[in-house]
Amino acid sequence: MTGPRPAARRRRPFGEVPGLGTLAAGFLVFLYAPIAVLVAYSFNAGSIVMVWTGFSTDWYARAFANADIRQAAFNSLVVAVTATAIATVVATLAALVLARGGRFRGSEAVLGLISLPLMVPEIVTAVAVLVFFSGIGLNLGLGNVVIAHVTFCIPFAFMPIRARLDGMDTTLEQAAQDLYASEWATFRLVTLPLLMPGVLAGAMLSFVISMDDFIITMMVAGAGDTTLPVYIYSMIRHGITPEVNAVSSILLLVSIVLVTLYWFMTRTGPGTARR
Amino acid sequence: MTTAGAGAARPRAGAGGAGPAAVALRDVAKTYGRGAHAVEALRGVSFEIRDNEFFTLLGPSGCGKTTLLRAIAGFEQASAGAILLFGADIVDVPAHRRPVNTVFQHYALFPHMTVAANVAFGLRRLRRPEGEIARQVAAMLALVKMEALADRLPGQLSGGQKQRVALARALAPAPKVLLLDEPLSALDLKLRQAMRQELKQIQATTGITFIFVTHDQEEALSMSDRIAVMSEGRVQQIGPPAEIYEHPANRFVAGFVGDANFIPATVVGEEGGRVRCRTPAGLVLAAGAAPSPPGGRGTVLFVRPEKVGLVPAGQGTVEGRVRGLQYLGDAVLIEIDIGEALPLVASERMARLGQAARRPGDRLGVVLDPAALQLLAG
Ligand SMILES: Nc1ncnc2c1ncn2[C@@H]1O[C@H](COP(=O)(O)OP(=O)(O)O)[C@@H](O)[C@H]1O
Ligand SMILES: [Mg+2]
Repeated sequence: MTGPRPAARRRRPFGEVPGLGTLAAGFLVFLYAPIAVLVAYSFNAGSIVMVWTGFSTDWYARAFANADIRQAAFNSLVVAVTATAIATVVATLAALVLARGGRFRGSEAVLGLISLPLMVPEIVTAVAVLVFFSGIGLNLGLGNVVIAHVTFCIPFAFMPIRARLDGMDTTLEQAAQDLYASEWATFRLVTLPLLMPGVLAGAMLSFVISMDDFIITMMVAGAGDTTLPVYIYSMIRHGITPEVNAVSSILLLVSIVLVTLYWFMTRTGPGTARR
Repeated sequence: MTTAGAGAARPRAGAGGAGPAAVALRDVAKTYGRGAHAVEALRGVSFEIRDNEFFTLLGPSGCGKTTLLRAIAGFEQASAGAILLFGADIVDVPAHRRPVNTVFQHYALFPHMTVAANVAFGLRRLRRPEGEIARQVAAMLALVKMEALADRLPGQLSGGQKQRVALARALAPAPKVLLLDEPLSALDLKLRQAMRQELKQIQATTGITFIFVTHDQEEALSMSDRIAVMSEGRVQQIGPPAEIYEHPANRFVAGFVGDANFIPATVVGEEGGRVRCRTPAGLVLAAGAAPSPPGGRGTVLFVRPEKVGLVPAGQGTVEGRVRGLQYLGDAVLIEIDIGEALPLVASERMARLGQAARRPGDRLGVVLDPAALQLLAG
């Protein structure tokens, strides 16, 4: 019984499966090479895409000097910040009601309703929002874009907040009440500070999603309300220049920074803080 | 506002002089859920806890101890009955207005606040002046010997240290009653034993009424002024430790608080405050009756192992033969066959030098003193 196990029974590590390593490498190249090329050519001195003539940051300077790009970037920021703020507050309240308000009729349905926008194809949401806005004659300019962004940002903000709240022990809140804290004081002094990493993570996720949304913004935004992704798309129609690469690279950098922060925040769960 | 001064100089009430009870429970019941899934956690609990008393709720896991404590703290609404705090009905008072503090089983320290901020939390909520808060926090940290770690976060403390901070935090607002839910159960044995004496000491110096929950009978016996033994949502007996141990009210209490021998028996007569009982094997023994008259579920004779006397063969009330031995270091447990269905267990201290070692098969006499034998409801 204790003799050596037959070699054939041993499970092979994944690396030993013939061709899997190559396949994985090919996949990674396919996925990331275009992005790497895009970033690299944003530093190209020449104006012809895919012909390297030397290093330069001229295209970044030109992009920053372009008033249209600055306006689009400003619009993107306004939309992302406003939509994130509203979506995060709504998502936090929803998560608190669902996790702490006790079970009520339809609480399962509410949970489903909040997550539904994740499943609905974006183009459907886009068309629906467009038809709805023109149907009721809503015309708030950038406000329309903000409202549309809030709707799809809520589920993204909700998920990390809810996860954090579920992992949080209610005895801490009871301890606060035991020590003469009213419900509001309990929320302010105990629940919210402990929930904060989840709230920040939700806000960041929501910000990134809003910043790079294209389809819905494209449908809803009026002429003067162009955001950065929509502007980049319009630039491409006039031919790809390294200026597009530069703007895209900046957008990519912002996303990477925020996603990295999000990752660090969700890694320190409530459990690690408590024990 | 809502708290009383802890007054270190308050006289010990203990004997229950004038004034209302610290906590009075009147037919308190609690049912969780409803319909087929209903759990009756408390089934009509009534008793009074005196001011300045170290009172212990003792019972097996699931008997309703935590539920009772949570009802007193205000985290759980009793389904029926009344809870009075120094004579005032507190059923409608929310948890954050009850002058009662809790030491939670797993401490529940606020992880984002320092030790000092944790201890100050209750005082800040009560809007005490900052100077007074600082003084009280320092005093409480000194009381639990945690002054040196005031600026640490709870995550940087050991289990025993967290325990002390939790105690200081609950004591700081000088509550009228302190609730402690198995506060020592997460500590290792040595620390647990040391903390027993310290808790008792702190109760005596602060004069605060302690309601202490445990499932550990040794803990209950060693610390309490009085113990309430609970089982299945009911109080089985209330009394000082010695009374609970020496004169259990029924078979459950006898078996839960300490080791016990039970011999089924029926009453065949009575004489001079003693009852004569007959066992299935035909032994006739004299015993004291339990305080309450035995109920209908049959009766058993009860005797603690250390009260079973062992003498040379032929000199005892009953003749027996050693069936097995269990060495415990300071004592030895001896299983003795006396002709009943179950062997009788006797315990003998190992103090006397040159004590004759007993061996399985040895014949001996067993002395069952009527004062040590009690008839209980089965
Ligand atoms: N929130 C709850 N919902 C349903 N049943 C509960 C709840 N809390 C406790 N119980 C049940 O009530 C009974 C008593 O529990 P508890 O008071 O925690 O006992 P103890 O503290 O003595 O171990 C147990 O059967 C337990 O399962
Ligand atoms: Mg319990």
